[in-house]
Amino acid sequence: MTVHLAILPILIPMLGGLLMLLPPFKGPDRYNFRRAASLVLIIAQLICAIILMMTVMKNGAIMYAVGDWQPPFGIILYVDLLSAMLVLLTSFLGLGVTLYSCAGEDRQGKYFHPLVHFQLLGIYGAFLTNDLFNLFVFFEVLLIASYTLLIHGGGKHRTAANVHYVILNLIGSSLFLFALGTIYGITGTLNIADMALRIPELSESDQLIAQAGGSLMLIVFGLKSAMLPLHFWLPRTYAAASAPVAALFAIMTKVGVYCIFRVYTVVYGDNAGGLADMVQPWIWPLAILSIIIGSIGALAAANLRMLVGNLVIVSVGTLLITFSLRTPEATAAGFLYLIHSTLITGALFLIADMISSQRGKATDYFVIARKLKQQTLLGIMFMVAAMAVAGLPPFSGFLGKLVVLQAATTPDERIWVWSVILLSSLVTIIALSRAGTTLFFRSTPSHDNVEDVGASKWQLSGAMLLLIASPLLALFGASVVEYTNNAAAQLHDIDYLLDVMKLNGGAP
Amino acid sequence: METVYVICVGVLTSCGVFLCLRARTFSVVVGLTMLSYAVNLFLFSSGRLSLDGAAILGMADQYADPLPQALTLTAIVIGFAMIAFVVILAIRARADLGNDFVDGRDPPDTDKLVKPNGGKV
Repeated sequence: MTVHLAILPILIPMLGGLLMLLPPFKGPDRYNFRRAASLVLIIAQLICAIILMMTVMKNGAIMYAVGDWQPPFGIILYVDLLSAMLVLLTSFLGLGVTLYSCAGEDRQGKYFHPLVHFQLLGIYGAFLTNDLFNLFVFFEVLLIASYTLLIHGGGKHRTAANVHYVILNLIGSSLFLFALGTIYGITGTLNIADMALRIPELSESDQLIAQAGGSLMLIVFGLKSAMLPLHFWLPRTYAAASAPVAALFAIMTKVGVYCIFRVYTVVYGDNAGGLADMVQPWIWPLAILSIIIGSIGALAAANLRMLVGNLVIVSVGTLLITFSLRTPEATAAGFLYLIHSTLITGALFLIADMISSQRGKATDYFVIARKLKQQTLLGIMFMVAAMAVAGLPPFSGFLGKLVVLQAATTPDERIWVWSVILLSSLVTIIALSRAGTTLFFRSTPSHDNVEDVGASKWQLSGAMLLLIASPLLALFGASVVEYTNNAAAQLHDIDYLLDVMKLNGGAP
Repeated sequence: METVYVICVGVLTSCGVFLCLRARTFSVVVGLTMLSYAVNLFLFSSGRLSLDGAAILGMADQYADPLPQALTLTAIVIGFAMIAFVVILAIRARADLGNDFVDGRDPPDTDKLVKPNGGKV
């Protein structure tokens, strides 16, 4: 079993999701069966992810050759500290989302739970694979699940948002294939590690083609991660999605960021000869602009979900800044911030949904409406989440932003990174406190909300689970920082990757 | 052969991009289809074009790279599924939003576009 551990995070949701389409889980009235099966599956994935992480920490990175076709020919799954961490993060987020959806959101469509698992399958696959074409396939798996999840529950605004989302991503997929074809035509390989060997050996003219391929791929990853000029789809899409889906999508932008980290560190990284760090000059200004635009969007947002959607753009900008500093320390800071921002934006989407369901027709718009049923409880949850996302101590956001600030070393970098991140934190605090005062303190005096039911136990447990991770991350900060440091060092150590792949010296 | 092939891919891609920029879902869907055709051809050519090449060792003097063929096959399958999905979605959007614009909103001068004779039957 331990031999096949690396592929288990892909197999469990795939087989489990397929089984959920069959009796006894089939049919609109069997939702209790589906909920139980879904919870069992997600807990199995969580356990599997923890075991995988332990194994990687103890024995070093795992290479799993699917069908035993050895690199550079076969499809390779590669689990290092970074992949294991992200798989664990995804399954944890998945648990929170599944718990939340059991409150009744999942009954709006028959296939909600299987689709969540297919979505998770695609995300795990994208994190685990070391083959660019396989990455494309897993992208498509997670995308087609997200297309259907986004429209879950129906409604005009969801259809409209989904049309944009689907068309944009289909164009993105075409671009991805163009990029893949270009790079394959030049390097003759799809294995990321093998590519890292081939790129420095290219002739001058071939390097230009490889650069074109790499730049095309940056557009694709930028679209997935909502990097600046490609971010327009994000706030509307996330605001339109139902709450558990939006929370699950919190990891989707991170898939794009992860791919940028992986591909542009290993393939087009320091070792790439003439193409070394070729995207860094592009990403640096775009990252800073992403933060600025995200912050302005957060100030201008008319409802809570739109605000959180803009905060996602801010977090993507921060992550890209840590990428463009190009040191292992900065990368480590980015990973820490990635864990924090994924969980906290996920939690914020869930909290926004609970708030909006208790405010009648006003939903989560910042207007004066009736008083919330669970004013105190939701108020505290919102405040914790807001403090965490803005980066105030004692929560994980403070730690995350602190390490990002420390990662900037030269004076030039400091001026930009410090000013942009600190100012955006200030703007975030202003936007969130404006939101909080309207939502919680300014209410109409009449008490006509007796028929409202509060948030159910399922909803609270799902949101709490994601929220509690923030103080925990800060509490165990030392070990988390140590882990991300090791993960970043491993990502930057390309010789180690080649050793694990048994490509060092063997390949021409 | 290469020249004709390149022209085909180029024309398909530019038509696809042009159609994707149109305002109505039908032309966008056709554009996406064309883009995916162009992509398939492009991927196929990434293993270099050769005539009379066998993909299996020991069958012929010349060999073709089998990997792009496998990639193209996968891309065709995935592309087909995605196009099917977007067609259904476009029909759903037409029903839900009441028009077939990608924005979901009628532009202010729609009447002029739809009824060239000023609305007279």
